[in-house]
Amino acid sequence: MKPAMKRSNAPIFWGLFGAGGMLAALFGPVLVFVTGIAVPLGIILPADAMSWSHMHAFAQHWAGKGLLFVVVALFMWHAMHRIYHSLHDLGVHAASATRFACYGLAVLATLLAAGALLAVGF
Amino acid sequence: MNTSDPRRPYVRPMAGWWRRNPYFVEYMVHEATALFVAAYALILLVGLLRLAQGESAWNGWLEALRSPLSVIFHLVLLAAISYHCWTWFRIMPKTMPPLVVGGKRLAPGVITACGVAVAAVCSVAVLAAVWGATR
Amino acid sequence: MSESHRNGKVIRIEVLRYRPEQDEEPFLQAYEVPFSDDMSVLQGLQYIKDWLDGTLSFRWSCRMAICGSCGMMIDGEPRLACKTFLRDFPAGAVRVEALAHFPVERDLVIRMDDFLAKLESIKPWIIPKEQRSIAQGEYLQTPAQLDVYEQFSSCINCLLCYAACPQYGLNPDFVGPGIMALLHRYNADSRDGAAAERMEIAGSEAGVFNCTAVGYCSEVCPKHVDPANAVNQNKTRAAGDYFLRLARPKGGAK
Repeated sequence: MKPAMKRSNAPIFWGLFGAGGMLAALFGPVLVFVTGIAVPLGIILPADAMSWSHMHAFAQHWAGKGLLFVVVALFMWHAMHRIYHSLHDLGVHAASATRFACYGLAVLATLLAAGALLAVGF
Repeated sequence: MNTSDPRRPYVRPMAGWWRRNPYFVEYMVHEATALFVAAYALILLVGLLRLAQGESAWNGWLEALRSPLSVIFHLVLLAAISYHCWTWFRIMPKTMPPLVVGGKRLAPGVITACGVAVAAVCSVAVLAAVWGATR
Repeated sequence: MSESHRNGKVIRIEVLRYRPEQDEEPFLQAYEVPFSDDMSVLQGLQYIKDWLDGTLSFRWSCRMAICGSCGMMIDGEPRLACKTFLRDFPAGAVRVEALAHFPVERDLVIRMDDFLAKLESIKPWIIPKEQRSIAQGEYLQTPAQLDVYEQFSSCINCLLCYAACPQYGLNPDFVGPGIMALLHRYNADSRDGAAAERMEIAGSEAGVFNCTAVGYCSEVCPKHVDPANAVNQNKTRAAGDYFLRLARPKGGAK
């Protein structure tokens, strides 16, 4: 083992991974059901639950903005951290390249989500 | 193999390690749920971008969600992310300090069950909130 | 040992052999071993060494699952050879290999230099919070304080958890499950005050964040230690140390 050990910066990414993983575990299944199954098919929930007027108003409200941002960004950070480690598991060890690609994608998704939510207005 | 060492220790390759044991196969399957979480996040991200582009763009996204292919894909997402939920709480007891309740250490199974129960409560709460806000 | 004790039962033991002075790479060699129901895999190997092939090398000592010497891959699983019985392989064959993820020194003997260096680096002894003189008496501890670390003190350094850890196989710099169980054993001891020193290792690039919570280490432990729990509890502690170090400048890694 190397005598001088460098402190790992992993806590930042591990923290985002953990927060996103917990969010996806608690709310992932129900969100998929609502946005991808119940509303499109009009079962259980009204078919117009995600109409323009509803969702636009929701995204304009600060709380709605916050929820949408947290879900998209944290799901992405969770997934990309796990995919980064899975690439390592599968033998893709180009650490800095895969790290840049995975976390870069998460940064990009975070910025796009923030941009879209700001563009929706208040 | 380390040829610089006269004892010539043999280092075995790691390629395909995850196929060597069913435990590792399951690990790779639950790690792969991340692909589905990422896919769902990207679907929502496209929705946000469409929302920012105006009403007709948003309605186009809604229309796309109604296609049979989309509904089938979301059923796959539902299965994969539910499996993520189960495996997330299954490993949770291993990730936390011992919880002592009434002088006794909480069993791992109880912690997992509590996690899944909280997820169920969250699911019902979201359904109720959406129903209440949009009916 | 005479043949009459063995009720005519024979098992085929396939051993992954490697003799560095003559073999380019390991190869499987099979031995037909007469056995009785009370014989362990270790006794099967001893039969081979005594009666069939004196060149076979393997480590063993206590024969009762406490010395931690005879860990090996038995039909692909990390097990203690003394705690695994030949009667439990009804197909009439069992395959034995050196512990996974370690360099093979010879046959079933692995090199554990890396583990020993890591073991030393974590200071696996109690470094008292406060020195007490003999006149001041013992360092007292309540049963509840004992309970926090007791299971981790059961580690016998058998390395089965390392053979169960793909992250150690992929990156041998990773301190790994067994060392983290021992590190946690001392950190979690109410008498110990060196958690901050050990954080230099736990929070380093070779530390806990190499773990992806596979969890198999805890499944294979013959002494029911939960190394995965030690590693993952210390992820939380290392993350806390990482984020709070500005607020609390002393302690932890640089």
